[in-house]
Amino acid sequence: MRNLLVFLVRNYLVLLFLLLEGLSMYFLVQHNVFQRAAAVSAANSFTGSIYETRSNFTAYLNLKDQNEMLNHQLAALLNRDRGSFIAFNTATTNVNDTVYRQRYQYLTAEVVDNSVSLRSNYIILDRGSKQGVAPDMGVIGASGIIGIVREVSDNFCVVMSVLHKDTKISASVKKDGTFGQLLWSGGDYRTADLIDLPTHSKIANGDTLVTSGLGDAFPQGVAVGVVKNFEKKAGDKTYTVEVQLTTDFRKLKHVLVIKDLFREEIQQLKQRVIESDNNAK
Amino acid sequence: MLNEIVRHSIRFFVLVLVQGLILKNMDVAPYVNPFIYLLFLMQLPFDMPPWLVMLIAFVTGFFVDVFYGTIGMHMAASTLVGFMRSRILKMLSPRDDYEFSAQPTVQDMGWVWFLTYAGIFIFIHHFCLFYLEMFSFREFFSTFLRVLISGMATMLLVVVTQFLFYRSKKAL
Repeated sequence: MRNLLVFLVRNYLVLLFLLLEGLSMYFLVQHNVFQRAAAVSAANSFTGSIYETRSNFTAYLNLKDQNEMLNHQLAALLNRDRGSFIAFNTATTNVNDTVYRQRYQYLTAEVVDNSVSLRSNYIILDRGSKQGVAPDMGVIGASGIIGIVREVSDNFCVVMSVLHKDTKISASVKKDGTFGQLLWSGGDYRTADLIDLPTHSKIANGDTLVTSGLGDAFPQGVAVGVVKNFEKKAGDKTYTVEVQLTTDFRKLKHVLVIKDLFREEIQQLKQRVIESDNNAK
Repeated sequence: MLNEIVRHSIRFFVLVLVQGLILKNMDVAPYVNPFIYLLFLMQLPFDMPPWLVMLIAFVTGFFVDVFYGTIGMHMAASTLVGFMRSRILKMLSPRDDYEFSAQPTVQDMGWVWFLTYAGIFIFIHHFCLFYLEMFSFREFFSTFLRVLISGMATMLLVVVTQFLFYRSKKAL
């Protein structure tokens, strides 16, 4: 007993170190390697309000770019508005459309915090569960994909940006539909990599990449990037493509959160398959 | 003594806020993430007991983590460097120990001492931090590159701050 006490007193510094370090590691791992923790910081009103104040100031700095982008968006929408069309055939009537049903809903949001220089970047938006945001929803901007919602609090949500070590998004070559996985390997925030693209793809430099619609975060056809370069690495059976991202992650302000109205149905269906697979074992 | 505590507290608040609100959002270039809040830990008095340094480092790490949304990461790295600090100081101590009134600054300790001290301090912290961020040794070399580049950026900021805020003793 005495020896133990002597040991403890003599090594108190090392023990305290192990205790504090252990505590830090516990937080780190407990929070699912810090993805949840990101929500902790956005969710607490202290940092949340600081971020909002700061973003109110910085919003003025790139108003010009933002306005231009919004204008483009407005133009694109007006092009689809009924007012921009004229009736060619006067004999038609409007029918209640039963062939198409709305699958995706868009919710506007503003970026209150963002980074591009870390290896795992997060974006915080000013919309949360009270406004209908839920984890795994996709987030896009006027010029392309941005990320996937990870955590929500009442009024904020944390988005795992495309610029994150764990983000994987299915993207396809627009002209022939072959698809691969979009990853970000760090470094430059303007480029990412598309891996596992089959070699029968007729890809060429300058081709457009869009979301493939697989997975439930993004609808098909949202802009992802442009092919900058591609190669078949020795020993690989697939292409690795260097992608120039269309979204400028440094200038994010107004974004859209995508809600998949059929998500629950698809999830349930998947669940059923998984269960029946498990039962079969 | 009280004066001293106030000075260190102000330094703590200023550096953590600068870190969380300005440096976090500054994207100079890919791979460059300076962590100036380390200066606060570096400048704690020589005679502060090691356990207190470690606790302060732990708490500082927590506040930085709140801003970065990475609970645990900066805590772990700061605690490690807080633990190592007494060892680094012992390793670098002059032949007849530190002077009573000396502070760990360029002005009191000279360039060679300070750069060695800051270099070791920053390297330990950044090494721990960036590998914890990856949470694996895949991409080992690109992470190591980030450690070195960000470490140099931190060093630059630390040195510039030394020039700006500490008057030379000889001038007094």
